Amino acid sequence: MAEFMIAAAIFVLAMVALGLARILWGPSDADRIMAAQLLGTGGVATLLLLGEAMSVPAAVDVALILALLAAFVSVAFVKGVASSEADGA
Amino acid sequence: MTLALDGLTILAVCAGAFFFLAGTVGLLRFPDPLSRLHALTKADNLGLGLIVLGLLFQAGGLLAALKLIGVWLLALLAGASISQLIARTARPGGPPA
Repeated sequence: MAEFMIAAAIFVLAMVALGLARILWGPSDADRIMAAQLLGTGGVATLLLLGEAMSVPAAVDVALILALLAAFVSVAFVKGVASSEADGA
Repeated sequence: MTLALDGLTILAVCAGAFFFLAGTVGLLRFPDPLSRLHALTKADNLGLGLIVLGLLFQAGGLLAALKLIGVWLLALLAGASISQLIARTARPGGPPA
């Protein structure tokens, strides 16, 4: 079972890494933040799978914190867009 | 019994991994930001949800299972509100006043 979990974790991580090409291509900042959002969710899934495969219960706590921080990244992005538009930039 | 639970885990985790595949392909191939956001939320909600469901069958106890569900609920709540916020900035014509 552990081998399957690790294989699934590697697959999810590879998918997320492919999605990061969107950060390079853009074209808008919203597209880039979407790829970062996918990295956050994929990271949570990878952590949960690896924690189960390697019997590390603390990985669930790390996944919880990563989910929280990934949410704050996007909130900071939206706040930044709103304030830069208020400046007339 | 263990074999059946392992089978359910493999099924659910494979389905979740498939949704991550679909989300990545959508994010790379869809033509405009709003449809890309649609693909992303599938990976966010269903991909992570199915992987959590698969891991629930392997969870050692009630506390561990509840914690896994808590991670998913947090991702759901964050994903839903953030998709709204990103869609606001991504929509043509800029964010509404």
